[in-house]
Amino acid sequence: MLSYLLRRILQAVPVVLIIMIGTFLLLKLAPGDTVDALVGDMGGADPQVIARLRAEYGLDQPVWVQLWIYMKKLATFDFGWSFVHEQPVATVLFDRLGNTLLLMVSSLLFAVSIGSLLGMIAARKAYSLTDNIISTLGLLFYATPSFFLGLMMIVLFSVKLGWLPVGGIQTIPSFYTGWAYVWDIARHLIMPTASLSLIYLALYMRLMRTSVLEVAELDYVRTARAKGASEMRIMIHHIARNALLPVITLLGVQFSTILGGSVVIETVFSIPGLGQLAYQAVIQRDMNVLMGLVFLSSLVVIVVNFLIDLLYASLDSRIELS
Amino acid sequence: MSLVETHIEAAPPSGWSEMWRRYRRNRAAVLGLILLVLVLLMAATAGLVEPDDPLRRAGEPLTPPFTSLATPLGTDQLGRDILAGIFHGARTSLLIGITSTVIAISIGILVGAISGYFGGWIDDVLMRITEAFQTIPNFVLLLALVAIMGSSLENMILAIGIVSWTAPARLVRAEFLSLRGREFVEAARNLGVSDAGIIFREILPNALPPVIVFASVIMAISILLESALAFLGLGDPNYASWGNMIGMGRSVLRTDWYCVAIPGIAIIITVLAFSLIGEGLNEAVNPRQKKS
Repeated sequence: MLSYLLRRILQAVPVVLIIMIGTFLLLKLAPGDTVDALVGDMGGADPQVIARLRAEYGLDQPVWVQLWIYMKKLATFDFGWSFVHEQPVATVLFDRLGNTLLLMVSSLLFAVSIGSLLGMIAARKAYSLTDNIISTLGLLFYATPSFFLGLMMIVLFSVKLGWLPVGGIQTIPSFYTGWAYVWDIARHLIMPTASLSLIYLALYMRLMRTSVLEVAELDYVRTARAKGASEMRIMIHHIARNALLPVITLLGVQFSTILGGSVVIETVFSIPGLGQLAYQAVIQRDMNVLMGLVFLSSLVVIVVNFLIDLLYASLDSRIELS
Repeated sequence: MSLVETHIEAAPPSGWSEMWRRYRRNRAAVLGLILLVLVLLMAATAGLVEPDDPLRRAGEPLTPPFTSLATPLGTDQLGRDILAGIFHGARTSLLIGITSTVIAISIGILVGAISGYFGGWIDDVLMRITEAFQTIPNFVLLLALVAIMGSSLENMILAIGIVSWTAPARLVRAEFLSLRGREFVEAARNLGVSDAGIIFREILPNALPPVIVFASVIMAISILLESALAFLGLGDPNYASWGNMIGMGRSVLRTDWYCVAIPGIAIIITVLAFSLIGEGLNEAVNPRQKKS
């Protein structure tokens, strides 16, 4: 177990290094550097001061020395200074990480649970009307842009029916405590979660349907049926558990895209998370924040994939963590 | 034995007609084709609907749909004709979808072919780079690229291509890994064909079918990526774009939600067309694969 953990961490190292180099290159490609931003912030400075600042930030060094300095900083979560927020970039990012993770986790849970359930139902009644309806809906879900769905839900549930809040993550000012507080946040999460997860729900549904159809033909399922196990028991104990494995694999692959998708959804629903921050950073040309985001969100993806691997191994008895 | 007696068999039905026969049997795939033709027609006739500029003022702002002959689908808050926007937007979407897919697939073929053909440390390095690209959330990278390069139409196409090449690269690599040991490759090598010759003339033609099938998936995703960028107001303002129409419509969402709904339906139809076609092609190319 320990050696497995160690090997997985070692495997991630080159990928992290490449991403560090990549963000450095992007930062170099961007017009203007930290000192330009700083000087702009000060309202101009004479050339001597600019030269001194460049030396102070190591920007007069050869590129590979700059890269080394940059990588050392990234490794300690020092992403530089945000001139827009007038805070260290790391502080800005970590302030908003929680909201984004909350949105992502709720979206993935929704997509996986409802998607797998619908996929199982479709497979149980393969080629029936129910199956056709579910499969057609899946194709429609897959083709619907999340932001469009979000806006249409706002029209229906907030504007016409007045059931759900238009945006934000909680009622402001919030006097709620305890369960009322949780319920308040949950109500704010319903529409963003639904719109962000629909594409993934469609994917998991299809995958689960295929997967259940495949597993249902295997020998051990026939054995279980011959032994007189009930259909319900066969579905849950014998089929679902194994059919879930490919769904979990896809979960890891999708985590990165769903993090990207939250940029748009957080903007639609004004949720103060990393996605909304990314959008603002582009508009305000806050390159340090943008690059910090590229790096931090990649790290989140790596960590989550690592956790998913562990989950996979614990579900699949054929895999040993050695 | 004379030459006259030599029996020549009739050519078997060509691969293409067989594929088309299998494709035709799939009703959903045929629907996809019909939808695509519809979108292509919109793009082709955009000049007839609005010869000059789809972004010009065409009537009273916020005319509801089906109330004016001049602007049958209504106008937005700037008085721009929504029908013209939809038809010209079809051009933009198809242009971006097709060209960025070509870019993504070209990069993917190059990386995947080199990686799968040479193997060893080259494969290791290229695959780590591919993993890094897959790890960075693609829309976040897209935003970073657009922030750096600016959002002209050309730059957007390039940026979408740059964030979409990893899946085709893995696909091509897998094909190359399984094909590089075959006899015909060995034969070519023994004949002294160069590495580039073997990669592009011997192996690549055999590795292409799954990549072409996958192209329709990338096309659908590219169109969604463009619409998301344009929705955020980060697209090229000089072109009509469905995403941008939705983004503009947001400010009148409470009262005139048709400004959002109409371009949204256009996106759904186009993406649906490409997904259905992709599935139909997949089944036509791999008939033994079970219907999923």
